Amino acid sequence: MYRYDEFDRQFVAERTAEFRSQVARRLDGSLTEDEFKPLRLMNGLYLQLHAYMLRVAIPYGTLDSRQMLMLAHIAETWDRGYGHFTTRQNIQFNWPKLSEVPDILDALASVEMHAIQTSGNCIRNTTSDPYAGVAPEEIEDPRITAELIRQWSSLHPEFTFLGRKFKIAVTASAEDRVALRLHDIGVQIVRQDGKAGYRIFVGGGMGRTPMISRELRGFLSKADLLPYLEACMRVYNLHGRRDNKYKARIKILIHEKGIEAFREQVDSEFATMKREAIAAPPEEVSRIAAYFSPPALPDRSEEEAKYSRAYQSDPDFAAWVQRNTFEHRTNGYVAATISLKPIGGVPGDATAEQMRVIADLAESFSQNEIRITHEQNIVLPHVAVANLYAVYRALQGAGLDAPNKGLVTDIIACPGLDYCALATARSIPVAQAISNRFASPQRQAEIGPLAIKISGCINACGHHHVGAIGILGLDKAGVESYQITLGGDATESAALGDRTGPGFGYDELPGVVEKIVDTYISERDGDRETFLQTYRRVGMQPFREALYAA
Amino acid sequence: MLLDQSGEIEDHWPLLADGNSVPNAGYALVPLARLDEARDQDGVYLGAQVPNDANPETLSQHFGRLGLISVDFPSFSDGRGFSIAARVRDLGFTGRMRAEGPVIADQFGYLLSCGFDEVSVPDDVAIRQPAEQWLAQLDRISLSYQRGRSGRTSVLDQRIASAG
Repeated sequence: MYRYDEFDRQFVAERTAEFRSQVARRLDGSLTEDEFKPLRLMNGLYLQLHAYMLRVAIPYGTLDSRQMLMLAHIAETWDRGYGHFTTRQNIQFNWPKLSEVPDILDALASVEMHAIQTSGNCIRNTTSDPYAGVAPEEIEDPRITAELIRQWSSLHPEFTFLGRKFKIAVTASAEDRVALRLHDIGVQIVRQDGKAGYRIFVGGGMGRTPMISRELRGFLSKADLLPYLEACMRVYNLHGRRDNKYKARIKILIHEKGIEAFREQVDSEFATMKREAIAAPPEEVSRIAAYFSPPALPDRSEEEAKYSRAYQSDPDFAAWVQRNTFEHRTNGYVAATISLKPIGGVPGDATAEQMRVIADLAESFSQNEIRITHEQNIVLPHVAVANLYAVYRALQGAGLDAPNKGLVTDIIACPGLDYCALATARSIPVAQAISNRFASPQRQAEIGPLAIKISGCINACGHHHVGAIGILGLDKAGVESYQITLGGDATESAALGDRTGPGFGYDELPGVVEKIVDTYISERDGDRETFLQTYRRVGMQPFREALYAA
Repeated sequence: MLLDQSGEIEDHWPLLADGNSVPNAGYALVPLARLDEARDQDGVYLGAQVPNDANPETLSQHFGRLGLISVDFPSFSDGRGFSIAARVRDLGFTGRMRAEGPVIADQFGYLLSCGFDEVSVPDDVAIRQPAEQWLAQLDRISLSYQRGRSGRTSVLDQRIASAG
C-alpha cells in the first residue's frame, strides 16, 4: 500500500501545525467563529449534538496494522474507547475535546494519517473498492488512480471553497462496490481497444434530491485524468448555484443545465487549459503504482486440508465462510469481511480492543493490510484459506464473527439523533431493533441478500435512497416518523427507492420491515430470486397492500 | 489594507466613482460595466473591477488594455473568484490580479496560487488579521501538490528533482 515520502510527511506536519495555529487564532480573536468554522471542518472537526466529532480520513479505505493500532490508541486516550467507521470509509471519534484535537492530529501524523478534507465544502476522501487488488475481474488496482486524486485534491488552491461538498469514487471492476453512480464524480477504469482508460460519470448524489449520475465521458485517456477533473471542478465552481446550499451540489447544476451543455463547457475548458501543468508526470504515476503492486502470495492451496476439516466440523464457521469471504485472484486465498454488525449492535462501531484484534490479524494473516467498506464493515484482503479458521476463531473471541455480510442485519445507519445535530430522528436504535428482530441466522439465510439503509434526516448519510429497504427518519410535529422506500440499489444496476406511502412510528418499524420481508418471501419466484429481483418483477402493489390494508 | 507577498503596499488604483468621467491620465479602476467606455481613453492606465460571476472569456477581449483585474469576493467562503483568476491566467492575462473583499489570511497561499498578486481586505479583517498574519501563513505551508501559478514548485516536481 501507499507509503508517505518526506514530502507527504512534511505536508501533513505543516497542515497539523497550521490547524494548531488556527485554533490559537480563533482563541485570540484573529478569526471569527464564522471564519474558523470552515477551517475546522476542512480539518475534520464537526460540532455535534453533545460534543465535537473528529472524522479521520482513511484514503480509499486502506490502512495497515500500525495505523489501526493508532486508531485504537486514540479511541482509548482521547475518546470513550471506541470509534465509528463511516460510509466514506473513514472513522469518526465522537467525544474529543477541542483543546486536545491538535494532539490527536499529531498522533495521526505519526502513522501517516490525518483528518484533512473529511468535511467542509471541498473534495472529500476519495473512496474505492474494498476488494481492490483482490477481485479477479479487476482491470487494475483502482487505488493508483485514487491516490493520484488524493494528492491532486489535497488543499487544491482553486477548489477548497466550493459551493458544497464534493465526493469522488474510483472503481476498476464492472461489479460496483463503491456506489459509483451516487457520487458527484464516479471514475470507472475501463478497457477500450486493449488500453485502460477512464469512464467518467457526473452528478450523482443522495441528500434531499437524490440523483443517479450521468455519463460525461465514455473513454478518457489516463494521462488526461487530472486536467479533465480540474475542468469539471472549474465549471462546477464557477457555475454551481451559491444562492441555496440545498441546491449547490453539482447534481443540481447538471440537472438544471443538462448534461450536454455541461459537457460542452467542460470540453471547452479542457481544450484551453494548460493540461501538461496539471497532469501527473508518468514518473509519478509509476512511483505510486509500485506501492500497489500485488503482494507476493505463495500458492497455499496445498494446505487446505486443515481448513476443510474445520469447515465440515464447525457449521458456524462454514456459514461465516459462505457469507463473509470473497474470491481472491490468487489460488488459496480469500478476502474476509469482518462484519461490524453484530446482532443488536451499533452499525460501524468498533471498540479499541476490537481494533487491536483486527490489527493483529492483519499483521499475522493479511499482509498487514486492512480495508474499510462503505457498508461500514472491515475486510482482511489477503487471507490464506489455510489460516481462515484461526482468523475466524480470533474474530469469534472478539465478537466480530457475525456471518451476515449483505444480509438483512448488515444494516447501514447514520449516527442519527444519538449524536448528530442535523438529525430529525433516531437511526441507530432502529437498526438495533431490526437486527434483533431478524437475529436468527437461519431466517437471515432464508431471506438472502437484502440491504437495509437508515438515515435519521433528509441529508441521507445512511444512504436510504439506495437501500433495497430504505428508512428515512423525519420529525412530524415533534414525533419521529419514518418513511419507507423500496427497490433502491447502489450497485451497477443503480436505482433510487420508491416510497411506499405514509410514514410509520418508531415503535412500528421492526414490524413494518417484517411485513415487507414476509411479502417478499411469499411473492418470490423460488428462493434464488432476490428481494430486488422480486420487487422489480412484482412492483410496489403487494408491499403496499401488506403495509396499509386495514 | 492592500497587500502582496512583500507585505502591505500602496494602492495606485483609485476607484472611479459613479458619475465621474474616466480620466485620460494616471490610474483608474473602473467597474466592468463601464469598461467599454473607459477603454477608449488611451492615456489612462486601466484596471477593471469585476464581480465573481463575470465571464473570463468575455473579459479576455480587454486583456491588452488592462493593467489590473480586481475580482470581487463577496464573502471568504464564496470560492468562485479562485476559478476566475485561474481561468483569466489560463486565457493569457499577464497584468496584475487583485482579490477584493473579506477574504482571510488563511487563504493567502491559495489566492496567490490561483494567479492573484495582491489582496485588498476591508478594515475589520485588517484589524484582526494584520499583514504579519498573512505573511506567516505563506511561511507555514511550504508544500503543495499542485503546481499553481505563484512560482512554487509542486511536490510532484520536487519528487522528480530529488530522484535526479
